[in-house]
Amino acid sequence: MTRTSRTGPGFLVYGLLAAFFVGSAFPLYWSFVIGSVTRQRAGENPPPLTPGGHFFENAARVFDRIDFWSALANSVIVSGVSAFSVVLFSTLAGYSFAKLRFRGANAAMVFVILTMAVPTQLALIPLLKEFSNLGLTGTHAAVILPWLVTAFGVFFMRQYLVDAIPDELIDAARVDGCSMIRTFWTVAVPAARPAMAILGLFTFMQVWTDFMWPLLVLQGSDVQTLQTALDQLKIAPGQGLSDMALLQAGTILATVPLLLLFIATGRQLVAGIMQGAVKG
Amino acid sequence: MSDHAPATVGGTGRTSTSRSGQAPPAGVPSPDHRDMRRTPARLTLRQRLSRWDMKVSPYLYVLPFFLVFLVIGLYPMVYTGYLSFFSWPRFGAGHGPWVGWENYSHVLKDPVFHKAFWNTIGIFMLSSVPQVIVATVVAALLDTNLRGRTWWRMSVLLPFVVAPAAAALIFGALFADKSGLVNDVLSGIGLPTVQWHANRPASWLAIATMVNWRWTGYNALIILAAMQAIPRDLYEAASIDGASRVKQFLFVTLPSIRPTMIFVIITSTIGGLQIFTEPRLFDTNLQHQGGSSYEYQTLTMYVFNTANSSTNPYPRAAAAAWILFLIIVAFALVNFAITRAVQKRSHA
Repeated sequence: MTRTSRTGPGFLVYGLLAAFFVGSAFPLYWSFVIGSVTRQRAGENPPPLTPGGHFFENAARVFDRIDFWSALANSVIVSGVSAFSVVLFSTLAGYSFAKLRFRGANAAMVFVILTMAVPTQLALIPLLKEFSNLGLTGTHAAVILPWLVTAFGVFFMRQYLVDAIPDELIDAARVDGCSMIRTFWTVAVPAARPAMAILGLFTFMQVWTDFMWPLLVLQGSDVQTLQTALDQLKIAPGQGLSDMALLQAGTILATVPLLLLFIATGRQLVAGIMQGAVKG
Repeated sequence: MSDHAPATVGGTGRTSTSRSGQAPPAGVPSPDHRDMRRTPARLTLRQRLSRWDMKVSPYLYVLPFFLVFLVIGLYPMVYTGYLSFFSWPRFGAGHGPWVGWENYSHVLKDPVFHKAFWNTIGIFMLSSVPQVIVATVVAALLDTNLRGRTWWRMSVLLPFVVAPAAAALIFGALFADKSGLVNDVLSGIGLPTVQWHANRPASWLAIATMVNWRWTGYNALIILAAMQAIPRDLYEAASIDGASRVKQFLFVTLPSIRPTMIFVIITSTIGGLQIFTEPRLFDTNLQHQGGSSYEYQTLTMYVFNTANSSTNPYPRAAAAAWILFLIIVAFALVNFAITRAVQKRSHA
C-alpha cells in the first residue's frame, strides 16, 4: 500500500486497477458499438456487444441532421480563444500576486479565492439579459466572455510562480532597466511556461465540455458548439431518442477530438492536476 | 490593452544609456539624454514614468480579473438579488412593482422545488460519498511501485475527456428503461429490471453513476498527489513499530491527506449541488423537466425552468437561485465543520 515497499505491488493491485480501467473505458466502447450498428440492431434485445460495420453510415446521418463541422469549428474557436485569454491574464495576475508588492494584495487574493465558491447560476439570468441587450446572444463572444480570465487560473499561476522565479532575477531585470512589462515577458513568462501550458490545456477542455452556458446564449441561433449540437441531435423531430445508433455515433464523433488531445497531452494533464492539488 | 503600453516604452528605451547604469532603470527613448544629466535634481520624464510604472503595473496586471468578475459575476449576482423582490409583467421587458419576499415564499412553498431539493440531495449523496471513498482507494493503488506508472495514471483520467453532454447520452442509453444494457444484464442474471427513468431513487443512482464515472479518477489523482507528499520516514517509523500496511494506511496516510480530502469534499459539494447537464440530458421527454413527474429534476434545473415559465419568470428564478446559493454555502460550512471536528478528534 505504501512506497516503503521495495518490491513492486502484487497482482491484486494490478487487477484492481485494470478493473477500474475497464469500468472507465467500457461506456465509451459500448457507445461506439451502438454507433456502429444499424438503427434496428441498436434497439434490439439483447443489445449488441461487438461493433458492427455501419459507423460511417450513422456518421453520415449525423452530418445530415446537424452542422457537425461548423459546430466543431465553433468549439475549437471558443475553447482556443478562451484558453489563450485565461492563460495570458491569469499569468499576468498570478505574477503580480506572487512577485510584486502592492497595497491590498493579500486581501485581493483572498477575494479571488472566495469568488471560486460562487455558483454560476446566481449570475445566469441577468447575465443572459445583459448579453441579449448587447446583441451578443448567438455569437462566439457570448460564449467566450465569461472565460476571459478565471479565479482558478489566477490562483493556479500564483501558486506556481511563487517558487518558480527567484526574486533576484526580477531585481536584476529591473536594475538592467527593464520596464515592468518587459520584466514580465523576459523573466516571468519563460519561468511560467510549463504551468501556462497546463492551464491552457485545462481551460480548453473546460470550455470544450461546457454545456449550460452555451445552451443558454446560443439557443435558437446558427452558432452551436459540439455539446449543444449533440443536444439538438437528441431533439431532432422524429428521430433522436428512438434512434440510438444515430445518437451514439454523434456522441463518438463529438468525443474523438478531445480523446486525441488526451492521447497527445495526457501526461501533462496528469502532472498538472497533481501539481495543482499539492500546491492548492 | 492599456497595460501593454509600457512594453513598447521600455522596449525601445533599452539603449546604451540604460545599460550603463547611470540612467534611471526604465523610461522613454530619449534622443538627448545628455540633457538629463544637466538637471539631476529634478525628476526626469523617464524617472517619473519608471516610478509610475512600478506603482501602477501590479494593479494593472490584476485588473482584468476584477473587471471580468465585476461584469459577469458581481453585477449579475447583485442584480439577481434585487430582481428577486419584484414582479415581472407578462411579456414585459422590465420588472414590475416591488413584492417583498413573495417570490421567495412562492419558491419555498412550491412542491416541485421540494422535489428538486431532495432529488439534488439524493444525487449528491450517491455521487459524493462513494466517489471520495473509491478515489482514495484508487489513489492508494496508484501510490505503489507500479510498472508503467504514467500509463496507469492516465488510464484513470480517461472519462474526464468525455463531455458531460456526451456522457449523459451514453449513460442514458446504458440505463434505458426498455433496451438498456444494464436492464439486460439484470434480467440475464434473473433479477427484475428497473425503470431507471421513472423510479425516483433509481434515476438518482443512474445519474450519480455517470457523475462518479467522470470524476472519480480525477479526484484519485488529486488525492494521489497528497499521498506522494507524505514523508517516507513516517512509514518507516510506523513499520518499525510493527504497523501493518492497512494500519499504516489508516494511521499515517489518511491523517496526512486530510487537508486534500477537505478540498476534494468541498469542491465536490459546490459542484454536486449545482448538477445540471447530466440530469437534463438523461431526460427522455423533451419538456426537460427531469422526468415525467420531476423524479430527477435538480435545483439548477428548477432555476433554469422557472426562468422559462409564464408567471414572474425572472424574479422567481432569481429567488430560487439565491436560495440555491445559500443551500450551497450552508452545506460547504457544515462539511468544513464536520471535517474539522473529525480532524481534531483523531489528533487527540
